[in-house]
Amino acid sequence: MKRVIGVVSLAVAAGLSGLAEAQVLKSVRDRGALHCGVSQGLPGFSNPDDKGNWTGFDVDFCRAIAAAIFNDPTKVKFTPLSAGDRFEPLRSGQIDVLSRNTTWTSSRDALFNFVGVTYYDGQGFMVRKALKVNSALELNGASVCAQTGTTTELNLADYFRANNMKYEVVAFGTADETIKAYESGRCDAFTTDVSQLFAEKLKLSNASDHVILPEVISKEPLGPLVRHGDDQWFDLVKWVHFAMLNAEELGVSSKTLDEALKAKQPEIRRMLGLEGSHGEQLGMTRDWVVRIVRHVGNYGEVFERNVGTSSKLGISRGLNRLWTKGGIQYAPPIR
Amino acid sequence: MTKTAFYNKPRFRSAVYQLAVLAVVVWLAIEFAINARVNLEAQNVRFGIGFLDDPAGFGISQALISYSEQDTYRRVFFVGLLNTLLVSVLGIVFATFLGFVIGLGRLSPNWLLARLAGGYVELLRNLPLLFQILFWYLAVLLAMPGPRQSIAIGLQPILRSIADGLALVESSGAAGAVAQWLRSLAEWAGSPSMFLNNRGMFVPRAVFADGSGLVAAAFVVAILAVVGLRRWARRRQDATGVRFPVLWTSLALLVGLPAIATLAVGSPVSFEAPELRGFNFVGGLRVIPEFTALLIALSTYTAAFIAEVVRAGILAVPKGQSEAAMALGLRRGTALRLIVIPQALRVMIPPMTNQYLNLTKNSTLAVAIGYPDLVAVFAGTTRIQTHQAIEIVAITMAVYLAISLATSFAMNLYNARTRFGER
Repeated sequence: MKRVIGVVSLAVAAGLSGLAEAQVLKSVRDRGALHCGVSQGLPGFSNPDDKGNWTGFDVDFCRAIAAAIFNDPTKVKFTPLSAGDRFEPLRSGQIDVLSRNTTWTSSRDALFNFVGVTYYDGQGFMVRKALKVNSALELNGASVCAQTGTTTELNLADYFRANNMKYEVVAFGTADETIKAYESGRCDAFTTDVSQLFAEKLKLSNASDHVILPEVISKEPLGPLVRHGDDQWFDLVKWVHFAMLNAEELGVSSKTLDEALKAKQPEIRRMLGLEGSHGEQLGMTRDWVVRIVRHVGNYGEVFERNVGTSSKLGISRGLNRLWTKGGIQYAPPIR
Repeated sequence: MTKTAFYNKPRFRSAVYQLAVLAVVVWLAIEFAINARVNLEAQNVRFGIGFLDDPAGFGISQALISYSEQDTYRRVFFVGLLNTLLVSVLGIVFATFLGFVIGLGRLSPNWLLARLAGGYVELLRNLPLLFQILFWYLAVLLAMPGPRQSIAIGLQPILRSIADGLALVESSGAAGAVAQWLRSLAEWAGSPSMFLNNRGMFVPRAVFADGSGLVAAAFVVAILAVVGLRRWARRRQDATGVRFPVLWTSLALLVGLPAIATLAVGSPVSFEAPELRGFNFVGGLRVIPEFTALLIALSTYTAAFIAEVVRAGILAVPKGQSEAAMALGLRRGTALRLIVIPQALRVMIPPMTNQYLNLTKNSTLAVAIGYPDLVAVFAGTTRIQTHQAIEIVAITMAVYLAISLATSFAMNLYNARTRFGER
């Protein structure tokens, strides 16, 4: 009897204190894999291919972290999460980083640390061409399908209220259920971030019957986030993002990397670890950026490969161009 | 007799063990609470239910009480709770009715009927409920035409299609004349005011003007009169054996009294018909397809289990009881109603309670088809927006526990009433 109680209380106490660890980098190294939360399947952002390998813009960010730590982009375990259940696994330590097109808002930042904006997005609408609607302002009285647990529902309510229009929202738990209901005709419009509209449109059987309306009704800065309470890990993940932007800005890509390693430009030499020990300061190795660019590529390469005009989604860079090219992607320097 | 030490007495020992277990449980609860609090504070999560007074900001597709985006999370909670209760209560009523019909059908001496009922039970109870909900939603209700091609339900379209059929058979002569007459009848019936499409079912809504109170009062009086009438008729039958046509008189009372009241105050109750405007129908009363799909799936699924409960209950009544009833000259239906079912009920009620509780809990699958029940709007959207997971999950669990306990309590009361008197 006593022994049973002892064992039970030990087990429970162990379960209770699981949250206390702070050294994420150490535990990632010890277990030999990064735990990364992604979506349940969003083409271009995080989607398993025919062989079950995860691909996409958000996936590549986690691969870049793994490349920087292990020099091996495959050392990532991906956990698919619904919009509603994405935060709890991060809070409880089940995943180390959440890279799942998550909007940076003040209330979420109060609980987690957003490492930056990997994708500047905004919310939009998709409708059937047959409706002959050209603007979101013509949607008075429409039924709108949305995914629950996102900023989408709130923006939708705000937009219709601000424009004094009536609407009906039908909210579903997963993206698949939402697009399925829209396709069945339950709703006149489907709303989510514009990048996702492009991605979800690919899932429709007759994609050309649908059109994405020009209005962007909200700011949706999407980015990866980590838990509170571990500044070292926060910095590391943040700088993986900045490194990819800096690499693009300095013209270092996976194709030009070998030449760049012979470059004389001090900025490039610092970034690639030929001068100084910036990677080590961040808890990685000197050649961390070399590893990221070799295995995953710079920001521009990742964007084009997964969601850019040459990909299936065909999204133009827009706001996500570098600041030097008319966009707002801007990274602090490595020095 | 040797004297046992006090610590060897069974009573003392059991008390010590029980106290020890209680202490461990209390300690665990405190430990959980402290730990959760410390960890949440470390992560900057405020603890408590203060968030209930914050504005929710999101829309809900079905609300039984008035609701808008500016309302608080507290209001969201009640909207969700009422939606859960609505689908559960209606589901229980339909499932019980359907379950009785099918359970009795399975025992019927009619071969075809018994096999059909058996097939229903085996098919419905062996398919996962989630698939059934998705089937009703995606394959049946969302397969309906869009709002602009709605199916109109009413006398006019039916009469017109019969007339068209007749005209196809023979355009002149007797059939043609009948078709002509049916068409004019359709004209007289007026355009239909009930519509079915993939946005739901649209029916006219009663609008109550001044004087409606009298009609309502007449209805209440009619109900009371029916209850009184039944009592009187039964007493008279017990005493004299003379029967009274209770059913017809009751119907006349229930329809007649409110009708007279309506005429007396000049039709205070009017109907507002739905009409197609813009994307959708406006006005009237609307039943959203998410609700219909969930209600159909929950009641047909649970009915399969209830049918088996009913069958078991009836088979538990000794055969001699129905034989004796037959020997007295009672018809099969009357014997069932007066002799068998009252005895079967006491066997059926405990497992029936289980089914009712299952139905209520199964209604949480609503989230898969976007029906705004308590789990979808409160344990779902509200939890995600406020990040108050522990409080919200605890409240939601407490609510389901309370609903289940209330159902159990009501059923136990009924069980106590139907029990045999001890002999």
